Amino acid sequence: MSRANLLDRRSVVSTLLKGRKDAIVVGGLGASTYDIAAAGDHERNFYLWGAMGGAVMIGLGVALAQPKLPVVVITGDGEMLMGMGSLATVGLQQPKNLSIIVLDNEVYGETGGQASHTASNTDLVGVAKACGITDVRTFATVGDIEAFAASMHDDVSGGPRFASVKIDSANLERVLASRDGTFIVNRIRGALGFSPI
Amino acid sequence: MHARSETPGQATPSWPEDIFGILQRFDVRQVPYVPDAGHSQLIERVLAEPSMRAVPLTTEEEGVALLAGAWAGGQRGVLLMQSSGVGNCVNMFSLTQIFRFPFLTLVTMRGEWGEFNPWQVPMGSITPGVLELAGIKVLRASHPNEVRDVVEAAARQAYEACTPTAVLLSQRLIGAKVFVK
Repeated sequence: MSRANLLDRRSVVSTLLKGRKDAIVVGGLGASTYDIAAAGDHERNFYLWGAMGGAVMIGLGVALAQPKLPVVVITGDGEMLMGMGSLATVGLQQPKNLSIIVLDNEVYGETGGQASHTASNTDLVGVAKACGITDVRTFATVGDIEAFAASMHDDVSGGPRFASVKIDSANLERVLASRDGTFIVNRIRGALGFSPI
Repeated sequence: MHARSETPGQATPSWPEDIFGILQRFDVRQVPYVPDAGHSQLIERVLAEPSMRAVPLTTEEEGVALLAGAWAGGQRGVLLMQSSGVGNCVNMFSLTQIFRFPFLTLVTMRGEWGEFNPWQVPMGSITPGVLELAGIKVLRASHPNEVRDVVEAAARQAYEACTPTAVLLSQRLIGAKVFVK
């Protein structure tokens, strides 16, 4: 189902990553990983093809290890719902360089479009705020995204940040990233200057 | 999250200190945990150590994902949990195979050796099997004087050979929890 006047997920992600410099970008299982790949493959892209519910925690692990680098988690509402406790863990750790963006289409798009909890009562921005993440936002316009993107890429002392954007639920053509986990993680490590064992 | 029994006059055990020393020596930096009384002494040491980041979790599977991210970012970590937490991790254990990263977990056992609470027995009984099915090597320490060697071997194969490894710290080692009215 496609609704008018909602933002398109690919343009949201490409806007978020347009000013990218040294950021590490984690893509949650499902369409978020395709969106990140569609914005251009990058040696610092951390694509996930499984581990549903783990995207934010993977981002937190990177963020704590690399506090001077912006770390960006882009995931969907279903994946975020499965890892909702991780927002409490982020709220406790307060990683200043971590930004979390939820592309909320209110459905499980990969599995037939079944409604997710955000289609009715669950407010993920409210959850993030209640977990102690102070910079929480809802994107309504491209301008909102551009302002957020500039701060997340340039200011690694202003987080943790959390943003949600309601997007069109149309399923787009898949843009397939690498599915090889050791390649993905070792490519990131190499970009950061770490040698293989 | 349960206090274990303490025998009056019993000295603080030295094996948690042995584990802490090994973690320091292997440059372990991130220590996610769900508390267990059997890990309480180690957790206190980690919380007081500036070179280590203690990360309390809401559920153990968060720790598996955290350590995968830590590895990508160039840091080693160890997940501290109780045997019941192993069941909470099952799907996330996939990451240890997919990334072939140096995963180490130290698991305090319940549901064995004089357990009082039957609710601990089902998961405690399958803990070694679940880990093995997930492709994680299982070592066990049951006596204070073997903890150092076992954890040292586990750390070496996890960090130097990227072989996912769990050390089970037996209930016999830690002491069965005593429930009193």
